[in-house]
Amino acid sequence: MEAAVKEYTYKDFASDQEVRWCPGCDDYVILRSMQKALPEMGVKKEDVVFISGIGCSSRFPYYMNTYGMHSIHGRAPAIASGVKLANPDLSVWVITGDGDSMAIGGNHFIHVLRRNLDLNIILFNNEIYGLTKGQFSPTSLVGQKTKSSPYGNTQPPFSAGELAIGAQARFFARISGNTPKEMTALFIEAEKFKGTSLIEVLQNCPIFNDGCYVKYTDKAVREDRQLFVEHGKPMIFGKERDKGLILNGLKLEVVTIGEKGITQEDLLVHNANEEDPTLHQMLVRSEYPMVTGIIRAFNDITLEEREDALTAQVKSNSNFTKTDDLFFSGDIYNVF
Amino acid sequence: MIAAKEEHKQEVLEAVIIRFVGDSGDGMQLTGTQFSDTSAMFGNDVATFPNYPAEIRAPQGSLYGVSGFQVHIGSVEISTPGDNVDLLVAMNPAGLKTNLHALKPGHTVIVDTDAFTKKNLEKALYESNPLEDGSLENYRVIEVAMTSMTKEALKEVEGLDNKSITRSKNMFALGMVYWMYDRSAEHTIQFFNKKFKSKPELIEANTKVLNAGFYFAETLELIPNAYTISPAKMAPGTYRIIMGNTATAWGFLAAAEKSGLELFLGSYPITPASDILHELVKHKHFGVKTLQAEDEIAGITSAIGASFAGDLAITTTSGPGLALKGEALGLAMMIELPLVVVDVQRGGPSTGLPTKTEQSDLLQAMYGRNGESPIIVIAASTPANCFDYAYEAAKLTLEHMTPVLLLTDGYIANGSAPWKVQSVASMPEIKNNIVKEAKENWHPYDRNEESLARNWAIPGTEGLEHRVGGLEKDRISGNVSYVPENHEYMTKIRAEKVKRVQNYIPDIETEFAKEGDLLVVGWGGTYGSLHSAVKQMDNEGYTNIGFAHFNYINPLPKNTEEVLKKFKKIIVCELNSGQFVQVFRINFHGFDFLQFNKVQGLPFANNELIQKFKSLVK
Repeated sequence: MEAAVKEYTYKDFASDQEVRWCPGCDDYVILRSMQKALPEMGVKKEDVVFISGIGCSSRFPYYMNTYGMHSIHGRAPAIASGVKLANPDLSVWVITGDGDSMAIGGNHFIHVLRRNLDLNIILFNNEIYGLTKGQFSPTSLVGQKTKSSPYGNTQPPFSAGELAIGAQARFFARISGNTPKEMTALFIEAEKFKGTSLIEVLQNCPIFNDGCYVKYTDKAVREDRQLFVEHGKPMIFGKERDKGLILNGLKLEVVTIGEKGITQEDLLVHNANEEDPTLHQMLVRSEYPMVTGIIRAFNDITLEEREDALTAQVKSNSNFTKTDDLFFSGDIYNVF
Repeated sequence: MIAAKEEHKQEVLEAVIIRFVGDSGDGMQLTGTQFSDTSAMFGNDVATFPNYPAEIRAPQGSLYGVSGFQVHIGSVEISTPGDNVDLLVAMNPAGLKTNLHALKPGHTVIVDTDAFTKKNLEKALYESNPLEDGSLENYRVIEVAMTSMTKEALKEVEGLDNKSITRSKNMFALGMVYWMYDRSAEHTIQFFNKKFKSKPELIEANTKVLNAGFYFAETLELIPNAYTISPAKMAPGTYRIIMGNTATAWGFLAAAEKSGLELFLGSYPITPASDILHELVKHKHFGVKTLQAEDEIAGITSAIGASFAGDLAITTTSGPGLALKGEALGLAMMIELPLVVVDVQRGGPSTGLPTKTEQSDLLQAMYGRNGESPIIVIAASTPANCFDYAYEAAKLTLEHMTPVLLLTDGYIANGSAPWKVQSVASMPEIKNNIVKEAKENWHPYDRNEESLARNWAIPGTEGLEHRVGGLEKDRISGNVSYVPENHEYMTKIRAEKVKRVQNYIPDIETEFAKEGDLLVVGWGGTYGSLHSAVKQMDNEGYTNIGFAHFNYINPLPKNTEEVLKKFKKIIVCELNSGQFVQVFRINFHGFDFLQFNKVQGLPFANNELIQKFKSLVK
C-alpha cells in the first residue's frame, strides 16, 4: 500500500443508508466503534472490504461507505478468503453472528481460522437468532427459553473462543458490547495483527435476549466481574483492583491481594503471544471473571505468505512465462 | 533377433480398436495412454476412453476391480473410442470375463496365462478355465506366460523387488501390441527416461520388458499377421494428445492470459472433476491461484470473493457438488459478477455412478436454484474442444457479467484425442466491464446498453466504493430495494441479459443433410457417437439425415427453430431420460420431438443409434 493515506473522520466511513437495527441494540455501538477505528488504521477507504453472511449483524456492510458484500448464510469467511487471496493488499473484514458463524457456517469458520489468512472477523454473539425472531442459537444456554425451545433449550452451547482456539485461531479477543472505547482500540489491534483476528463481541439483543450478559457487563458490576487482560500485565480486576488470577494445579483460581499472603507478584502475567494455547483456553472458559481484551495473539506465518513464497519458488524454477510455452512443449507433433 | 517382418503378411487397416484390461493395479491406464500417444505421434487420429472402478484398489482379481482402457486409432477421422474391439488384452481372468462380450467374433484376445490360476479363476467366478474348456473357440486366443517371461527378462537387473518386477508385465503386453501394429517403442522408452529419472533400475527394467514383449511378438509364430494403420489426413499444424479435463484447465489459462486477469480456482475434490484442480494447481508459474476449499460451498463462495476482488474466478465440480453450489450460484447471478462453474457430469442421482458418464445435470444447470435465476449454460462436446468452451465460458462471463455453467462429462473429461494446439494470440479477444475511475454520476448497476452487462468496480479503486448482496437490488444504485416494481424490473432484466447472449454466439449449423427426413439432435459429450453414426448412414446413402449438435444450451442459438423446421422428423438423443428435449418443448411449439435416451452410465453405441435412425427413415 502507498504511504499517502488521506485524513479520514468517522463520517467518511458512514454510507448514505439509514441504519435499521432495533433501538438500543449493541450493533450501533459496534458500527460506530468501527467507523471511529478505521481512520486510525492508516488504510485507504477504497482498500477496505466488509463481507457478511446473514443475520442482524450481517446488514453491517450496507452502513459502511467502503466496498462490501452482504452474502449468503454462513459463507462470509469463504468469500472473504477469496477476496484476500485475489488481492492481499486489501483490508478484509468478516462480519458474522453466533448462528452465522457457528451453526450454518461452522465449517467455514473453523477452516478460515486454521488457514490463517490476514483478515479480521467480528463475531456479534448475542446467544440468540434475532433476524428470524428469537430461536436458540449454538451459543444459547441450556434451559434457555426461546421461540424454538419453549420448555428450555436442551442443546449445550459452544464457547466461541474455545472453538476458535481449538481450530488454531492465532488471535482471539473478547469485548463487551457496551465498551466502545475499548472496542475501537481492539479493532485497531486486530487490523495490525498479521493473521486471522477473531473478535467476539458480547452483544445484547434488547428484543429477544435482553440482559443476557448483564451479570458481566452492567456498569455496576463490570469491574468486579470482568478481567480485561493486557499483554505483559498481571491479571488484576475488581473495583478496588484487589482481585487477581493465579494458577492452582490445572485450574485458574481467583485470589484477593492482601489475603493469605498474596501479593501482586503472585498473580499470573498475561502472555498473549504464547504459542501454547493451554492458558488462553482457561481464560476463555472462565466465567468468573469473564475475561475480555486480547486473550491470544500468537504471531504465525499467514496463508498468503506461504502461497506467495511457493509461487515465487515455482516461478523461479520454471521456464514457462506464457501459456504458449506450456501448450507447445512436451509431447507435441507436427502434421504437414 | 531375426527381423522377420517381410515374411509376415502386413495388412493395412483403416482403424483399429484395442482394449487393455486387468486389475486396477496392473497399469492398464498407463499402457493404454502410451499406445495412444505413440499412435498419435505416428500421425493417426486417436480417441481413448478409460473405464475404471470407483474403488481405488479393489480386491485383487475381483470382477469389480477390473480397470480398462480403450484406444481407437485410425487413418480416417476418429470421433469416438468405439464400441466393439478388434483386440482385447486381458491380464487376468476377471478382465477376460467382464470384457469378452466387447470383442468382435473371430478377433484376437491376448491373455497372460500366468494369471489364470485356480484362485484367480474362482475370484472371476469361472467354473472352469476358459482357456481350456472351449468357450473361446470363436476367437483367436494368444496365450502368453507374460508374468514368467517378465521375470525371466529381469533376472539380471539388480535392485528390483518382486513387486516392481511383476508390475512391469504390462510393458510386456504393450511391447507385443507395438509390434503387432507396427509402432515404434521409442516414445515409451523416452517416457521411462523422464519418469524414472532418479531410478535408473526402473528405466532399465521397463525398457527390457517392453523390448522383450516386442521381440517375442516378432518371433512368435502364434501371431500370423502384423497390421499397420497409415497416418490420418489431418489439417496441418502442431498437435498433442489431450484429455478433456486438461483441455478445460488450459482453456482457462488461455482466457486469463488473454483477458489480462489473474485466474482463481476455488474447488473441492470430486470425481471426475478433480483433474482440473490437479492441472491448474501445477501452473503457479502463470500466477494461477487455487484454493482447495473445505467443501463445495466454500469452493464456489471463495471464487465469488475472488471475482468481487477482480480475478477471473472459476469453480469445478460434478453432479452432487453442483447441488451444493446452487445457493451461491444464485448469489453470483444476483450480484451480477463473472464466475464460471464447471460441472463434469457423472451418473446420478445422489452419489450415483461417480466414474461413469451421463448427461443428467442439464435441468439442474438450467433451473437448479431458488427464485428466477437464469444463467448462461454451455457444453463442450469433445475432449479437445473442452479447451474452446472453457475459453468461451470465461469470455462470456467477463463480457456479460453473469455466471456461466460449463457442462462437460466423464466421457469427454477422461477421454483423450488430438488437439491442434492453439496459440493464445490466435484466440478471440476478451473484453471486460471493469470501470477504472470514478466518473460523475457513476452507479454500480449502470449497464452496457446492448449486452445489459453491469459494470465491474473492483475493491482498491478510489471513489467506487459500493455494496452488493443477495437482497434485491435497486436498479441503479444497487442498494437494497423492496419496491415491488423494481423487483419485477430486475427479474426481467437479469433474464433479458442472458437472452441477449444470443446476439453474441454462433448460429447452429447442421452437418450432412441441410433439410430432409430426419434431424438428429444432440448436445454436449455425445458429439462423437452421434456424428459417426450419422456419417456412416450418410456413406450408406441415407443422404436425407441431418445432424445438429448443440454447445450453447442457454440461450439456444437464434436460428434453432428455423433449422428444426427443415426436417420432417426430429429425434433428440441424450444420455438421460429426456432433458434437452424438455428445453425444446418449452421453447419450440408445433413439433413432435422424438427421443432416444440411454441411462446406463455408458456412451451411445454406434449400432444402437444406427438401428434407431434406420427405423425412422425407410
